[in-house]
Amino acid sequence: MNQLINTSTTMPRKALHLALGLCMTGLFACNGGGNKGEPSAGTDTTKTAQSSAVDSTIKLPAGFAATTVAEDLGRARHIVVAPNGVIFVKLAHSKNDKKGIVRLQDTNGDGKPDQTTSFGDYGGTGIAIRNGYLYASSDEDVYRYKLDSNFNVTNPDNPEKIISGLLNRHEHESKSIALDNDGNIYVNIGAYSNACQLEDRKKGSPAQKPCKILDSAGGIWQFKADKPDQTYGTGVHYATGLRNVVGLDWNTTTNSLFVMQHGRDQLHDLFPDMYDTKQSAELPAECMYELHKGSNCGWPYIYYDQIQHKKILAPEYGGDGKKEGGKDAQDPVVAFPGHMAPNGLLFYTGNQFPEKYKNGAFIAFHGSWNRAPEPQKGFFVAFVPFSNGKPSGDWEVFADNFSGSPENTAAAKADHRPCGLAQGPDGSLYVTDDAKGYVWKISYKK
Amino acid sequence: MYLKRIFFGASAVALALVFMSQTGKGSIARGKDVYIQQCLACHQADGSGVEGTNPSLVKMKYVLGDKVTLVRIILKGMQGVDIDDERYRNVMAPHADLTDQQIADVLTYVRNSFGNKASVVTAGEVKAIRAKTK
Repeated sequence: MNQLINTSTTMPRKALHLALGLCMTGLFACNGGGNKGEPSAGTDTTKTAQSSAVDSTIKLPAGFAATTVAEDLGRARHIVVAPNGVIFVKLAHSKNDKKGIVRLQDTNGDGKPDQTTSFGDYGGTGIAIRNGYLYASSDEDVYRYKLDSNFNVTNPDNPEKIISGLLNRHEHESKSIALDNDGNIYVNIGAYSNACQLEDRKKGSPAQKPCKILDSAGGIWQFKADKPDQTYGTGVHYATGLRNVVGLDWNTTTNSLFVMQHGRDQLHDLFPDMYDTKQSAELPAECMYELHKGSNCGWPYIYYDQIQHKKILAPEYGGDGKKEGGKDAQDPVVAFPGHMAPNGLLFYTGNQFPEKYKNGAFIAFHGSWNRAPEPQKGFFVAFVPFSNGKPSGDWEVFADNFSGSPENTAAAKADHRPCGLAQGPDGSLYVTDDAKGYVWKISYKK
Repeated sequence: MYLKRIFFGASAVALALVFMSQTGKGSIARGKDVYIQQCLACHQADGSGVEGTNPSLVKMKYVLGDKVTLVRIILKGMQGVDIDDERYRNVMAPHADLTDQQIADVLTYVRNSFGNKASVVTAGEVKAIRAKTK
């Protein structure tokens, strides 16, 4: 009942205040019952409604258009769209009196959300819907909420805590989630370190041998999707050797988990004699991996060099930029240029986009900072075509110019930073921005 | 005549040295080199940092304010501090291996670049702060 509500497009301000007051005292149905009448004269239009025009700053292939469906939500991380079009966005932390999860609904059928509610007293990244539940993560825990048939949350203040006590040491602390179709939920636990040195990011500080961080982080853990109060002890250490994963998705073609790793930073800073600033900007690759139980992707002992197409021994572990390593570590499925920060991954299963996009991967690149003094890179959504569960072509930029200009990109002064991806019931692609809290809907018209 | 010229030249050099030590010009130039080596990768060439990751150094209270706090950030590193309601995630490693002079120079550079204007930091000040920092 304490959901914040914003229906000002469809209600005069006084009525809104009255409704809110009633809402707080429990006398008024606050969730879902949108007024389908025309907006009254003199009412404020919400940001969501104001901004739903085509956003021509987002550059797309011919035939595609992006419309802004929300703005100023706060730090909008991951997103999920329900089969009825209701949008849920997870915020990194609350802002402007909004809580940690925002629910957006188009109640009048004009294609623009006009009702915004929010709940959840915690920041975080992960959000997903499965089997009548909304799942959401903080940086330590995973919760779930029961959904009704209209995708209203029935217990906004009393979610069920599914998983608790995951490690948060304020570096790579966000917990993303993905669910399979066999009742399991996967959670990334990022390594609280760049390269597993004894002193993180300290030039000259030796590596931990072995890297103890991998015992409780730097990997993916598997839990049951419907079991309360799970912890490390009851989870399955599903995959290891992953420095930090933010974007991940369950691929229904291969029936396996795919993840995007954020590769290590600062090769030049830490080893200026081995790597110049240009090499340090490009290396190592940001990698897509396909995981199975027991997968090891090699961090911190190796990194993937997308120019040499090799797993290279990390300099902290005796590497020199050329020596290969990681015989037991698997190769990436796709290797992108360094430091672009892949924060969202989505396999496209819709029918709206042209055939080449079917079952392919969209990746939201948040944008780099660790390419300085070289120009920064990213701030776009990339696409990789897939066929039979494997990449069938090179990656390409799909949606670009979220930063606002090439100069903004080069200086890492982006207007927007792509973060989360979701597919709508009509096959549209949704993209969130955790800089200014925008949500775009990208659609294709023949 | 000759002596006079020497005297004049020496005075000019002395005056220049006094001027430079007051404005920190030599220190700023040396500090820029330290900045490029030690700081630029995270705080960026223009000092503006990266939103949510590496704090800006432009007109920030930490940079312009108390020198003891500032020198200690260099010596001890920093992580997980909210600055102006923004949480910065990245880890700044300790840089205690820099000399007193290098720390004084880089802080003088940072305090007088990117639109900042603040007093110079001297090696003597760094030495005194380091002695009291555990």
